[in-house]
Formats: sequence, C-alpha cells, structure tokens
Amino acid sequence: MAAPIIRIDNITKRYGPLTVLDGLSMEVLPGEKLALIGPSGSGKTTILRILMTLETISGGHIEVEGDQLYHMPKNGSLVPADDRHLQRMREKIGMVFQHFNLFPHKCVLDNVTLAPMLTKGVAKAAAEKRAMELLDMVGLADKAKNMPAQLSGGQKQRVAIARALALSPKIMLFDEVTSALDPELVEEVLNVMRKLAAETDMTMLLVTHEMGFAHDFADRILFFDRGKIVEEGKPDEIFRNPRQERTQTFLRKIIAAGHRV
Amino acid sequence: MEWDWNFVWEIMPTLLAGLKITILATVLGAAVAAVVGLIFAILRMTAPKPIARATGFIVEFIRGTPLLVQLYFIFFVLPDIGIRLPALMAGVIGLGLHYGTYAAEVYRAGIENVPRGQWEAAKATNLTGRQTWIHVILPQAIPPMIPALANYLIAMFKETPLLSAITVLELMNQAKSVANSSYRYIEPMTMVGVFFLIMSLISVVFLRWLEERYARVEER
Repeated sequence: MAAPIIRIDNITKRYGPLTVLDGLSMEVLPGEKLALIGPSGSGKTTILRILMTLETISGGHIEVEGDQLYHMPKNGSLVPADDRHLQRMREKIGMVFQHFNLFPHKCVLDNVTLAPMLTKGVAKAAAEKRAMELLDMVGLADKAKNMPAQLSGGQKQRVAIARALALSPKIMLFDEVTSALDPELVEEVLNVMRKLAAETDMTMLLVTHEMGFAHDFADRILFFDRGKIVEEGKPDEIFRNPRQERTQTFLRKIIAAGHRV
Repeated sequence: MEWDWNFVWEIMPTLLAGLKITILATVLGAAVAAVVGLIFAILRMTAPKPIARATGFIVEFIRGTPLLVQLYFIFFVLPDIGIRLPALMAGVIGLGLHYGTYAAEVYRAGIENVPRGQWEAAKATNLTGRQTWIHVILPQAIPPMIPALANYLIAMFKETPLLSAITVLELMNQAKSVANSSYRYIEPMTMVGVFFLIMSLISVVFLRWLEERYARVEER
C-alpha cells in the first residue's frame, strides 16, 4: 500500500472556548477521493481550511507528502513554519470555495492565469494556452474574456475549478462547492468534478451535502460529528448500512429533507 | 463704491501668483495626506494593539482640533522647541496631517470592504502577501475610495486660505495685502471668490465623472 499523501495526527482546533476539532487523526491515500459529510458545525469544512492553511491549528501535526505542513525542521527539532515553507507546501494543494471567490476585477482568463504567472513564473502565452485548455475542459472557453459578474453561479464555480487546476495541485479541496448554487446549476459543476475524477489521479477531498454525489464520487466516506470522525467506510457501507446511531440519525434527517441518496 | 476693471487687471499678476501658491499647497498637502493617511491606516489595521490604539488616539486628536490651531502650533509654537519651518512647508504639513486622518478612514473602509474570501482565494492560489495586496486587494479597494478622496481634496482646497494666518503668500493673503495697501476690498475679495468658485466648479464636474467611473458597486 502506498504511503499516505496526507497524514493528520491528533490535531486540535479551538476558537476561543469553542473546540471545533478535538484530537483528530486521519490519513488520505494518493489519488483517493474522499467525501466528508456530517451536520454543519461538525468540523469538516475546518479540516479543508486547515489543509489550505487558511486557519492555524491549536495542536497536533499534519504531513503532506511526508513534509510537515504547519511545522518545519530546524536544528533537529520542529518549529512553526515560516511564510516560505507555507508557500512551498501550498503548491501541492488547491481549493474551490462555496462562494467561488473569483477575482471580480479580472476577466475569466486572467483569473486563471494570474497565479501561475505570479507564483510559478509561467510566461503569459504559455499560461493563457494552459488556461484555455482548462476553460475548455470546464466548458467555458467562449467566456474567457467575460467578467465574473457576467457569469451564472455554476459558470463561476467552473471557472474557480479551472483557476485551482491551473496550478496543477496534487490535492484538491472542494468546500461545499454546490451549496450556493441554484438547483438547476448544480449538475453542471458536479459533471466537471466527475470528469476530473475520471481523467486525473488527483487526490480529492470533498465536503458536501449532496449525498447522492458523495456516494457515486467517493472511494471513502467520513462521517463527522462534533469535531470527530464517528464512522468511516466505503459509500455503500455508510449509506446502506451505517453502524453508528449518529450516522443513522443524520442520514435519516438528510433524506427527510429531500436529498437523494 | 464702483467696480474698477483697471484695478482688477493691475492686481491680477499678484493674485495669480497667490493662486499658484494655493494650488501648490493643495497638491503638496494632498500628497502628504495620501501618504500620512496610508501610514495611519496601516498602523491602525496591522500594528500591535498598543501602537494601533495610540494611532487611533492621535487620529481622533487631530480630527477633534481645528486646522487653524494646528497650523499656529506648527508654525508659531514648534520654533520654541527648535523646529523652525518655512511657512509653506508648515502649511503643507498641517494640511497633510489634518486631511491624512480623513484619508486614513477612507483607506481603512475601502480595504475592509474587500471580502475575506478574496484574501482566502489569494492564499489558496499561493500568492505572496505582497502579490495579494498588489493584484487582488488594492485593485478592488481603491476605485470605491476615489470619489471620497476627491471630495476631501476639494474640501482641503477650499481651506487653504487658512494658510494666510501663518504668512503663506497664497491667494487670500495676496488679496489681503493688495486690499490693505490700496484700501479697496471689493475687487480683490471678489476675485478670490471667483477663482475659488471656478476651481471648485471644475472639481465638481471632475468628481461627478469620477463617481460615474468608479463608485458603481460591482456585483461580486
């Protein structure tokens, strides 16, 4: 079995008196598609944000490809990571947000080319060529010169996926990427993600309330509650035959709310 | 009293010399205010708590006291502790400090109005702090600031006659000296008013254009 690409070891995250993650440990294999499900406030989004270094951790360690994420070795011991170390580690990871967070002052093409040109020194022509390929892949090559404000939510999210892919990350984090979309626009984004899963060997972590999609997409499901992994397993095990009572309750509620499993 | 066109033409060169100083003081004052405002804004937003709080206090202090008093202080009181400044420089510093506190608030509001998601997207695409400011934050923060900043520029322009109190030979001071030596007030004071009115009207048109261009709220 391959070494895990992500190893989370006993991490804790507190906001003041509130403990969001409590001694959490988990591992992700290279190429694995992982869906994190659970009630809101269970800490699943926090994990993605921590992996993207948008948060700090209150305790524990995280390894990505064998390197410490929030720490770095110095004189034989581990010290908190500096900006350069974080910068280097972030190269491996990309993220797509619930609210897209496109750069509103830049056209679609510039949204995709900005980071490769700035962070990797890719020449403009090469960056644009690659961006057009990616925009073509998400079905938006004809919108390259449009401004984000002129796009629908589904289109914005597909641009955001192309923007993240332009940096060729090994790990992609999807944080409730369809939650802010009108129902009829959800499918076009999910289709792009299916295509991505089929055509690349990227490791993908997905926080979602789309249980049907999680079932079809993921190799493994993690059910979170109150900052802990309550249950994990193959999609069929979790959705058809959940062992833990909390998982059963959660899935019943989700189905009652009209979500397809 | 009768309006005397000959007298108007006679004093015109003096008044124009004054107008030049008025405009110079405005431009230099604006430049100082822009920089001072940026320093105040950054200190208040990013410096450690005690420094941020001290900056906040200084800003409130400067805003809470009249510009005229500050000008007197800089020009007439500072020499007592050995800081002797030329009149124009004292005036520019006074204007710049005073309006810098207003500019700081505009900067702060503009920067804080950029959604947090933009900072996060910049980080997720691995931009450095510097690249984030230059390519993501400032291009979104500055355009909405421009009409407010231009407003303060016009306000500052109209306050430059205060510099006459510290012997700067700007437009108002020139007009006063002409009036004092000729005992005719109507022409010089009218001309001062006319000059300010013309400049203000031009500025207002310019400001409207700026607002049209920049202040439209963009959909995010």
